[in-house]
Amino acid sequence: MNTPSELKYAASHEWLSEDGTVGISDFAQDQLGDVVYVELPEVGREVMAGDTVAVVESVKTASDIYAPASGTITAVNDELSGSPELVNSSPYESGWLFKLDVTEERSDLMDAATYTETAEG
Amino acid sequence: MTQTPSSPPEPTLKRTPLHAAHLRAGARMVPFGGWDMPVQYAGLKAEHDAVRTSAGVFDVSHMGEFRVTGPGALAFLQGVTTNDVSKLRPGRAHYNWLPGEAGGLIDDIYIYMVAEGEYLLVVNAGNIDKDWAHLERHAAGHDVTLSNESEKWALLAVQGPKTAELLQPFSDTDLAAKKKNAYFAARLFGFDVMLARTGYTGEDGFEVFVDASEAETLWDKLLAIGITPAGLGARDTLRLEAGFPLYGHEFSDTIHPLSSSYSWVVKDKEHLGRAHITAAPPQRLIGLKLERVPVREGYPVYADGGVQVGTITSGSSSPTLGHPIAMALIDAAHAGADTFEVEVRGKRHPAVRVGLPFYRGA
Repeated sequence: MNTPSELKYAASHEWLSEDGTVGISDFAQDQLGDVVYVELPEVGREVMAGDTVAVVESVKTASDIYAPASGTITAVNDELSGSPELVNSSPYESGWLFKLDVTEERSDLMDAATYTETAEG
Repeated sequence: MTQTPSSPPEPTLKRTPLHAAHLRAGARMVPFGGWDMPVQYAGLKAEHDAVRTSAGVFDVSHMGEFRVTGPGALAFLQGVTTNDVSKLRPGRAHYNWLPGEAGGLIDDIYIYMVAEGEYLLVVNAGNIDKDWAHLERHAAGHDVTLSNESEKWALLAVQGPKTAELLQPFSDTDLAAKKKNAYFAARLFGFDVMLARTGYTGEDGFEVFVDASEAETLWDKLLAIGITPAGLGARDTLRLEAGFPLYGHEFSDTIHPLSSSYSWVVKDKEHLGRAHITAAPPQRLIGLKLERVPVREGYPVYADGGVQVGTITSGSSSPTLGHPIAMALIDAAHAGADTFEVEVRGKRHPAVRVGLPFYRGA
């Protein structure tokens, strides 16, 4: 499992970068299987940490994506509307979901080592 | 996203004789109808594609097997099922229904005729106890013996267009010559097995009844000749593409069985629940195609300017067709419409009615 050390992780498998970009972890995309559809939030929406802000659908299941921080949605990854499989093939780069102008992070975000231990536990 | 369960499976979950083999093959196990079953190994789509283009093997040992024997076996089965069991001959099998007294189905089953006065019934895993109680109750007064052989048999479904070709070098029987629904004893990899040219994927294939103690070795041999292990995830997308109803989704105790287009399963004979089952169904089962958003069981379906007319019973993105497909139960008055809307997370998306099956194998 690939878990970049510069990111922070939620127990619900979202990652958050220093610049407010959010995606799902390599572990999460592997568990989901082939992603076939991604529903993204509207730019400009204000969200609270823990809100459901997106949905990632694989062949068999729909999974809610929760905001790992409070803030305003400043961008969404439009590439995913035509190529949702980027979430599988590039979960930390091309497969990012949305960007937040962060006002406050969740207090329970984990570093890569702790997340790896929790996810694979 | 949703939390991934990290706790070990409940100790009460039953295990098939292939449980250790699944773990060895890297399966992700999930609880399914009281059983700890593989949902996928390498990946759902790869497993689905293997069955559509070559061959895959499913562990369906969780399904139940009941043997019905005795001079009264035919009369008994005629009374508790809707299809005409008298049309079966030794070595032939057919799809059949167990109707309830008051309308819906107790189960949908397969009946294999072994010999005169001897039949094997294969029933859905989640319904084994219910079916057994139902059949025992109705067997009173018939000269039959029922035996529950669910523990004795492991059942492997080898499915896909290359199944016969791949298995042939390891069997003494001319597999290609066997017709659909044939049921026969054979040697396979040196084991004495019963083979049936049946399945639930919309592809050619064989279901292999093997003694539970020999199942793991046989499974390993199937994998060694290049047959792909496939899990419940692929089994469900394959059966959905093939338009096969699944008990608990398109059939139940409360859904009128003629809602599906399987009225041919009801023959002109006396049987349990006949008056109810032959009445006009209040709903119809239809196929829907969507552009992009996958729709799931339970999502509401609308027509005619916003009236809810039904509910999705099964839905998924179709790996073969590349777009979402679904089956839905629609009120009979609206079932002829061509366009519908399905509500997904508060927003309605257009859906077009398409004929079933969504996909037909070669």
